[in-house]
Amino acid sequence: MSDAPKTTDAPKTDAPKTDAPNTGESPKPIEITDPVEINVDGEQLTVQNGELLIDACERNGTYIPRFCYHPRMNPVGMCRMCLVEVDSGRGPALQPSCMIPVSADMSVDTTSDAVAKVQDGVLEFLLANHPLDCPVCDKGGECPLQDQTYAYGPGESRFVEEKRHYAKPISLSETVYMDRERCILCDRCTRFADEVAGDPLIHFINRGSSTEVNTFPDQPFSSYFSGNTVQICPVGALTAKPFRFKARPWDLTVKESTCTRCSVGCRITVESSRDEVLRYQGVDSDSVNWSWLCDKGRFGFEAYNSPQRLREPLVRDAEGELAPVRWSEALGLAADQIRRAIESRGPASVAVIGGARSTNEGAYAWAKLAKTVIGTDNCDAQLGDGLPAEAVLGLSGLTIDELCAPGGTVLWLGPDPLEELPVLQLRLRHAVINDGVRIVEVGSRVTGLRDLVAQRIAARPGETPGVLRQLFETAPASGDTGLATAAALLREAGDDLRVVVGRPNLAESEDVVLESISVLRSSVPGARFMTALGRANVRGAIEAGLAPGLAPGGVSLSNAAVSDAWSTVPAETGSGSAGILEAAAAGRIDVLVLLGADPISDFPDRSLARRALAATPTVISVAPLLDASAAEARIVLASAAFGEVDGTTTNLEGRVTAVTQKVNPPGTARPDWSIASELAVRIDPAVELGRSAAALAEEMWSLSDAYAELAERPESPSGPEGVLCSAGHALELPATPDVELPAPDSYSLRLVIARKLYDGGTLLAASDSSAGLADDAVALLNPADAAPLGVQNATRVKLTSANGNVTLPARADDSVQRGVVVVHHNLAGADARSLVAAGDTVCDVRAEVA
Amino acid sequence: MARLNADNVALAERIIARYPKPRSALIPLCHLAQEQDGWLSEEAMAHIAELIDCTPAQVLGTASFYEMFKLHPVGRYCVNVCTNISCQLLGGEELLEHAEETLGVRSGGTTEDGMFTLEDVECVAACTEAPAVQVNYRYFHRLDTEAFDELISALRAGELEDSVPPHGTLAKVRQELDGDRVANITAPQDQSKPVWIERAEAAARSGGDDS
Ligand code: SF4
Ligand code: SF4
Ligand code: FES
Ligand code: FES
Repeated sequence: MSDAPKTTDAPKTDAPKTDAPNTGESPKPIEITDPVEINVDGEQLTVQNGELLIDACERNGTYIPRFCYHPRMNPVGMCRMCLVEVDSGRGPALQPSCMIPVSADMSVDTTSDAVAKVQDGVLEFLLANHPLDCPVCDKGGECPLQDQTYAYGPGESRFVEEKRHYAKPISLSETVYMDRERCILCDRCTRFADEVAGDPLIHFINRGSSTEVNTFPDQPFSSYFSGNTVQICPVGALTAKPFRFKARPWDLTVKESTCTRCSVGCRITVESSRDEVLRYQGVDSDSVNWSWLCDKGRFGFEAYNSPQRLREPLVRDAEGELAPVRWSEALGLAADQIRRAIESRGPASVAVIGGARSTNEGAYAWAKLAKTVIGTDNCDAQLGDGLPAEAVLGLSGLTIDELCAPGGTVLWLGPDPLEELPVLQLRLRHAVINDGVRIVEVGSRVTGLRDLVAQRIAARPGETPGVLRQLFETAPASGDTGLATAAALLREAGDDLRVVVGRPNLAESEDVVLESISVLRSSVPGARFMTALGRANVRGAIEAGLAPGLAPGGVSLSNAAVSDAWSTVPAETGSGSAGILEAAAAGRIDVLVLLGADPISDFPDRSLARRALAATPTVISVAPLLDASAAEARIVLASAAFGEVDGTTTNLEGRVTAVTQKVNPPGTARPDWSIASELAVRIDPAVELGRSAAALAEEMWSLSDAYAELAERPESPSGPEGVLCSAGHALELPATPDVELPAPDSYSLRLVIARKLYDGGTLLAASDSSAGLADDAVALLNPADAAPLGVQNATRVKLTSANGNVTLPARADDSVQRGVVVVHHNLAGADARSLVAAGDTVCDVRAEVA
Repeated sequence: MARLNADNVALAERIIARYPKPRSALIPLCHLAQEQDGWLSEEAMAHIAELIDCTPAQVLGTASFYEMFKLHPVGRYCVNVCTNISCQLLGGEELLEHAEETLGVRSGGTTEDGMFTLEDVECVAACTEAPAVQVNYRYFHRLDTEAFDELISALRAGELEDSVPPHGTLAKVRQELDGDRVANITAPQDQSKPVWIERAEAAARSGGDDS
């Protein structure tokens, strides 16, 4: 008996294989490079040597129940639910499969009597102090504790003693609530906060049966990523304010989509009940978000459900008030104005700004409307806060995976990833901590990369190209100055340098960035670039043709292969947003379409944006909410928002993924593409722009070889990894501008306008749980600059530039470089853009105590 | 009560320097704060977090795991009466009851004059001397009610100042090691040999030459 090893037993055909529950947490994909044979429940498997047993089993169809193990975090072996019998040659013993790396000839039994007994015991133990309040618990119905108790647990409780009692729930932050009675101490939330987010603001407090997860008193769990803890909590201990008591999980229907709050493009599920979106959950896309979301994205649906949503088109009436009208009237008026403008002053008197918040299909329809039907090239998806379209498409060549590939060197010249591209920050954090990636950052202030950079080099606005020249051309070969260290790191990387560029400062012109790019391209010819621009579909909109001089597919208009769909293109090259707004301010634009764009809030030169809108006879805003610019428009066309339209979006890598319609738009709001299509027939009855999003997509994908895969398999963007396309690589980069950097005078500070995740944006303001999270505007100064001015905390200072002044509270902050003042964009109390003039290289300001 | 005072900040910095990672100084610094105030306050924990570059939640998480860090003000003397099995059999529970009456507080409470905090504790490993009592973790053996009362009045009268320092006091003499006697302060991943091993090896080598 004893000499018959267990592995030779016939497979237990009667033991049911447990189906993996639908938690969205599957083992991360791996490549088997070092195969070993193991035996699981009588079945011989080939698995990767050293991978965790729990993953190896699941990958091969045997799901082992678990609570604490999460495939995207380090295992801790806290809950013991994953115990299985493992025999590595010394006889079977119960081992936690989440802590055991597989090795050759291991024999595993996941269904033995001993395993069943221990699972029963673990569950009884976990439930001893559990309140069993499933009927009033948000997690009930999708709760791993509930499900596993049904599957493996005791039918009855033997525990008759009094249980632990706590106040329920307490709030850990503005958004996350904690019911300590339900917590099974799996360490998932706390591990996430520490390991993944780098915000260890929640922790196990106390000991033994009084252990609880909590914050330090009066220090809330204010992490940009707090919502992830709610998703991964295996019980109903953590709940999020926007979803609490809104629906039972079984009332929700689910579709996969892509978050479009920034250009990272995290995969999500959109979950709704009774035609209302109630929740997003992160989906594990191995190339993008690894199942994580930021809170701005996760709770973004609140804005679209808000009562402020536009339900029907508005037109300014005789009294000058925006009043609701029928679609036919609004579209008729808009088409009339466009037609009249074309007739009287030519097509170039019509301009389109925006599109970066549309789907590819919406952007394409508008590009086609503008460039072939109207005949104007005055189109720009960016708002003067981006980079030339040729650079966005022509430079990009890095995926997130390539950026974060183990052992690489990253030169970061982009915006603060924590504030603008939050989940990219998480990927970089993992890359630095776990995969030996080294980051060299050049910029004017410390960013979210603070603790992650191998070396940070301070450069005031405008100085980055000079610093790069020093780094690559003149920096001393050795020595322990920051510059020498950085230069050594970069030299070591050689041609395998990964560069991230963007617009870290709205008060610094794009020319400075272009100059940096040109320095890099001549110093490191092999360097690969990622353009990190914030707006979700800015790349897709440019590829669709919403950029001056470009046709769809990333080709310049002059080279556009004439297809049936694009038989006519504008004769003269148009301008970007800055040029359009200048022309408008000078009275040369008759119709200005704002396609989901709000220049008054977003264009770096606010006064120009205001003057332009005021001087344009017909401003048409296509928007889901009445933003500051829409409020000035003559015609407002209510557009369907995220979750209400089908289509695709393109992230900062050039990855095309699907966005899906889950609910109906409010009122009569309609998709951008259909608004374009309706306008097109009203302008020229002979034109048929596209009957559906799918038809538009099909047409767009046929225009460039870069989209071959999409053209062949139009359903391919629906997968979590989407399709990586690289249209526009052949575009010639814009010529390197001659940047004239004014000499700083010793009394001035150089202005940085940076962005925060939570600001006064229209969508955030319409979101109940996020609206309160935006700070008030403050001027941040280096302590050495603050002291001589006599700035104490909250002293009000007046900043004056050649263009205007603002007064706001100031604070000394040593994360700001000397000679620099940082003011964040779009926060209550002060708008630093009134200091800025479009076209200036940098903006120097004087500061004085007000 | 308060953040660490200037002397203790200087001391804290010396303590932190003994470890390859500042965070390793978490527990020693909690002791230091408790020595300063007699207990570990929120302000002190927040200050420690600043000094070792972690979050206050992490300090609280660690500190609250240990019984001997008091997160609420306690008396000058913490009187722990053992009520575990050996002591219970020999009158530990009666002794606790008597202590509650004598001091006028329930177990867990602190006398109004701030002199005594009374606690009932599990086995303090003095079973052979049951019933056992600790005052600021100094042992008092085989106490009956009378001996207990005498102990309390001696403490009140300040007669035991020498042998029972106020709560939080770690030691009367703080040992400071010379630099070359300190264990090598290197991160675990780049371990090198401590100086004294190198010294010993060098001595052995030169000794070997002599023979
Ligand atoms: S709150 Fe949830 S995720 Fe956090 S430890 Fe408790 S059970 Fe685990
Ligand atoms: S990082 Fe960007 S794409 Fe991802 S969840 Fe946040 S806003 Fe959405
Ligand atoms: S899943 Fe393995 S111990 Fe929790
Ligand atoms: S039982 Fe009291 S000391 Fe052991």
